[in-house]
Amino acid sequence: MTQIDRALSWLLGGRKPAASHLLLAPASLWLIFLLVIPAGGLIILSFAKNGPYGAIVWEFGLHNYARAFDPKYLPVLLRTLGFAGATTVLCLVLGYPLAYFLTFRAGRWRNALLVGLMVPFWSSCLVAYYSWMIVLGKEGLINTALLRAGFLSAPIGFLYTPFAILLGLVYFYLPFTVLPLYASLEKMPRSVVEAAYDLGAGRWTAFLKITLPLSLPGVVAGCVLTFIPCLGDFLTVEILGGPRYYLLGNLISNQFMMAQDWPFGSALTSLLLAGLVGGLWLYQRWEKA
Amino acid sequence: MATVSDDAALLEVGPLNKTFGTSTVLRDVSLTVRKGEFMTLLGPSGCGKTTTLRIIAGFETPDGGRVRLSGVDVTDTPAYERDVHTVFQHYALFPHLSVADNIAFGMRMDKVPENEIRRRVPEALSMVKLAGFEQRRIQSLSGGQMQRVALARAIAGRPAVLLLDEPLGALDLKLRKEMQLELKNLQRRLGLAFIYVTHDQEEAMTMSDRIAVFNHGRIEQVGTPGEIYEMPKTSFVADFIGGANIFSARVLPGAEGRAHLMLEDEHELDVPLDPYETLPEVGARVKIAIRPERVKVFYKDELPFGLIRFDAVLKDTVFLGDACQIYLQMFKKNPERLTLAWAGGDRYAVHDDMNVPVIAAVQPEDVYILEKDND
Ligand SMILES: Nc1ncnc2c1ncn2[C@@H]1O[C@H](COP(=O)(O)OP(=O)(O)O)[C@@H](O)[C@H]1O
Ligand SMILES: [Mg+2]
Repeated sequence: MTQIDRALSWLLGGRKPAASHLLLAPASLWLIFLLVIPAGGLIILSFAKNGPYGAIVWEFGLHNYARAFDPKYLPVLLRTLGFAGATTVLCLVLGYPLAYFLTFRAGRWRNALLVGLMVPFWSSCLVAYYSWMIVLGKEGLINTALLRAGFLSAPIGFLYTPFAILLGLVYFYLPFTVLPLYASLEKMPRSVVEAAYDLGAGRWTAFLKITLPLSLPGVVAGCVLTFIPCLGDFLTVEILGGPRYYLLGNLISNQFMMAQDWPFGSALTSLLLAGLVGGLWLYQRWEKA
Repeated sequence: MATVSDDAALLEVGPLNKTFGTSTVLRDVSLTVRKGEFMTLLGPSGCGKTTTLRIIAGFETPDGGRVRLSGVDVTDTPAYERDVHTVFQHYALFPHLSVADNIAFGMRMDKVPENEIRRRVPEALSMVKLAGFEQRRIQSLSGGQMQRVALARAIAGRPAVLLLDEPLGALDLKLRKEMQLELKNLQRRLGLAFIYVTHDQEEAMTMSDRIAVFNHGRIEQVGTPGEIYEMPKTSFVADFIGGANIFSARVLPGAEGRAHLMLEDEHELDVPLDPYETLPEVGARVKIAIRPERVKVFYKDELPFGLIRFDAVLKDTVFLGDACQIYLQMFKKNPERLTLAWAGGDRYAVHDDMNVPVIAAVQPEDVYILEKDND
């Protein structure tokens, strides 16, 4: 128990386990079931061999990892990084003004708007994506409207394009960016910005010199929380993108679902996981510095 | 900035009115502050002091009334263009900037040349006794040091008026006492007008040239500490500053320049009026106040000439070291209502026998006649 607590607290912030960690015991148990056991199994599996018809042969070696570094997967990796990066940037560009508005301008509408922002979280993303298909499809709302109005002579293929994928990703991950931003803006004392006005800074200067730098931890947290799940996303491309744009997530899910090569899928997953943990570790160090 | 002669008003405010939603926070608040004056806004929490300060700083717009600074109407001027700086209640320092950059912030906004800033930052720091703190991080400072940095930041830009909102509120008592004197000295040396908000009457008495006493969004009285203490105009002022026994009395026909009053229990008093002091019509009720420290208690039936005498019953005595609190029952019809008297730090004023008859006496001049009693 304490070993795991220590490992967890190390992972979550590098603090020494304290007595208060006892209170975390139920949560730790939960994490063991949800995270440590499956991840452990996955790692073990990643060293096994794939037999005919998806059978698992328990001969251990690094062959799956060697295969994962085959250059033919490089485009998938780059595409994944590209989509995750573009999504993060777009979410930040859209999300910062949104978080700012929610914090300082929304007044009594704030809670209602926050709940509205969470809707994509709560509705099944399948439902959300199929509704986007209805909007974007060749016979979808946009095309129909534009054709009827005479702006178009033939429908535009929105679906199965990078545009549709980005739209889906931004739509789904925007709350991941906005909520940490909102949290960091919200906890900033108003009087600090007022002090800037008081000392002669106009709105824009006060924003650039005070509000923005003070919300930087929120910006980084929002970006990390968006970028990381984006790396593993596969449903968006599955539904809105199609096979031409397969990402890392699709490659992995295919090993489990279609190719029936669980050991290779596990190796890919382990590598992704290692990348994520490494990234989070760097982020933690930055945050503490 | 227009030059202002010494006794002309540097800041004229009023009559300010302000409501938030359905609650009226300020009613006809008017204030003038002279050049180099230490003006304190004193009142219990929630009475509108901060709101008044925020209107002067430009963070709130009044519903009615104007703010004139150095003869110019600035009511519609945004905060960043007003020549006033604020020391905020919780300092509001910029946590991501060094002490020096915090202090330089306002000067950079005013486009003061960098070499001038390099000269004025250490100067401001030494004024608040933090010489050498330029490169310190804000997080590494104690509360008292943050307070000083906030002060240095506000004075470095040399505003016309400095606004301070309970700047010592978060400090412990000893440090607060030190800082009171230091602030007062600094204000004198700079010749800068201060508008200082506090709910602590002792602090106000220590530091101010003049005090504006707030109650429920109104100013009840403006005056020097001496005037406020010696000539309170309302029962609120008398009780809030110094503390007082407040009584209700009926006006009886009296001689010119004197007030003839009747208290409960048929106690009659005849007290002199101050020049210009007017009394409500005969038959009306007024409130009167007597400060506890002006009540003399006699245990024997002796009474120096010229004092107003009340027969009372001794109810309790509390020895506090430097003074002794004496609780008296003066009114037979209303035995719960006790009157407080203070005696000096005399151990012998403490009496072990309770419920003994005593004589309470006051000088006629020590009875303050206050507002009409409409209850
Ligand atoms: N922005 C605001 N919105 C609503 N009510 C406010 C606001 N600011 C102040 N108030 C109310 O106005 C009253 C006076 O507040 P304030 O000026 O801060 O008093 P003080 O500084 O004397 O304690 C309080 O009752 C407070 O709740
Ligand atoms: Mg206040």
